[in-house]
Amino acid sequence: MNMGDDLYREIILENYKSKKNRGALESPAFHQEGVNPSCGDDIELYIKSDGERITDVSFDGMGCSICLASANMLCEAIRGMKVDEAERLIDGVKGMLTRNEVPDFPDGAEDLEAIQGVANYPVRVKCALLSWNTLNQILEEIRGESA
Amino acid sequence: MSAVTADSTYDVDAIRADFPILSRPMRGKPLVYLDNGATALKPQAVIDAEIEYLRDISANIHRGVYELSERATILFDEAREKVKRFIGAPPEGEAIFTKSATEASNIVAFSWGRHFLKPGDEILATEIEHHANLIPWQEVAKQTGAELRFVELEESGVITADAVEAALTDRTRVVAVTGMSNVTGFMPPIAEIARLAHARDAIVVLDGAQLVSHHPVNVAELDVDFLFFSGHKMCGPTGVGVLYGKRALLDEMPPLLYGGDMIVRVFKDKATYKPAPDRFETGTPNISGVIALGAAIDYLSAVGMERIAAHEEFVLDYAVRRLSATEGVVLYGPSDVRRRGGILSFNVGETHPHDVGTILDGEGVAVRTGFHCAQPFMRFLGVHGTVRASFYLYNTRDDVDRLVAALDRVQEVFG
Repeated sequence: MNMGDDLYREIILENYKSKKNRGALESPAFHQEGVNPSCGDDIELYIKSDGERITDVSFDGMGCSICLASANMLCEAIRGMKVDEAERLIDGVKGMLTRNEVPDFPDGAEDLEAIQGVANYPVRVKCALLSWNTLNQILEEIRGESA
Repeated sequence: MSAVTADSTYDVDAIRADFPILSRPMRGKPLVYLDNGATALKPQAVIDAEIEYLRDISANIHRGVYELSERATILFDEAREKVKRFIGAPPEGEAIFTKSATEASNIVAFSWGRHFLKPGDEILATEIEHHANLIPWQEVAKQTGAELRFVELEESGVITADAVEAALTDRTRVVAVTGMSNVTGFMPPIAEIARLAHARDAIVVLDGAQLVSHHPVNVAELDVDFLFFSGHKMCGPTGVGVLYGKRALLDEMPPLLYGGDMIVRVFKDKATYKPAPDRFETGTPNISGVIALGAAIDYLSAVGMERIAAHEEFVLDYAVRRLSATEGVVLYGPSDVRRRGGILSFNVGETHPHDVGTILDGEGVAVRTGFHCAQPFMRFLGVHGTVRASFYLYNTRDDVDRLVAALDRVQEVFG
């Protein structure tokens, strides 16, 4: 097996090329930019929420395949989720990529296991985590508003 | 353009044998190291010099009256003389050891710039500068009220003497320019720029981080006022940089750091300071690193900088022709390889540079990807980063073939 095959799996390339979740939402309730200054990944995450659930989500920006595929998977996974479920999912993704934890993702989020290979490329972990860290900032904001 | 021919007396295999890491694999494959713009590999002679100091001498410099301290001081002072000879420093010039090229650049900006620039003065820089020769000047401009201005670039980031002349005014006090772009390898006409700047009574600060390691440099002929560069890019260890400056300027500049070894007399409430280099070298320096840099200079000088530059041109010329013929590859920088050092920036279609870099890594090929600490230049080129292959004395045309073969893998995955 060539090095890189564990990283650039078909499912990642499909998510990277997908345009389904790209572009700004119209009048999103929440909007946050995420930047990795060392490599130039630069994304924006848009979220609509009724306070309890994430009713819609999209993203836009520039980045490598890992960054953009991860952001696309994020959108697919969290649309319709409760805020606390999304928080648990962020922790699950971080655990898989930074603490070697075996992932146990809920139904509809299993695609995320495809980015597990990124954990073997420490300098690329930040690419995969950018959208999730950005989501975390928005969830804190949602929590703050409903508190 | 006719192909550059090989120097038949240049024994690249013998040179490669001097670098132990070249016989070790990366990702299970023979290493193709093409990230020399970031740092160079170290020959055994440099590794030995650093280890010998640590093992056999270990003492501090300038302070002890015993044998070991004396030996450390002699080796340290010899390294300074080697540096000065290597860059052709005239008697009226001095070399200061710093921790990095960036620190050296900051000494010029914050000691000379902050002390001598006034509101209305102009600093002339270029958009191809590494952040290390740009951001210090941005800050000094803010602090002094001087204005930071830029030379107009030609296509692909070329700087002409005419463009520099057009940008100079009677208010220009300093021209900050690189000797060799770390993105495209382009080499601006420094001697001519210095002549034009001096005609306006402006000084010239030359960023030699790439130039000094890859080309013969003679500061007396170039007549620059300051030159800074790093040791680790020229086969020395990390943690040592050099600031060359004309004494007349250095001795007028206030020190940036204060403490031991830079003083003449100290009273309870005041002190007087030594001239350069000591006035800028307070604190125990990187003694092992400086001595090993001296060994790196011996090594490069024995090969010969003219021959190293010619060899790099031989490899670069081949790389430009091979990559130009590779589908989907876009090259940046001037097409004439005689105007550039051994650096090649490119992109592969729409594929993000980091993805290209990771696939090349899997093939044992080390390149740099991203902005290369030159964000304004990236903006000028209209790209979100590039892949950069940079060559040195031990690289071969076979390395270029391995790079091109690895790029085929990129097309397989992302094409």
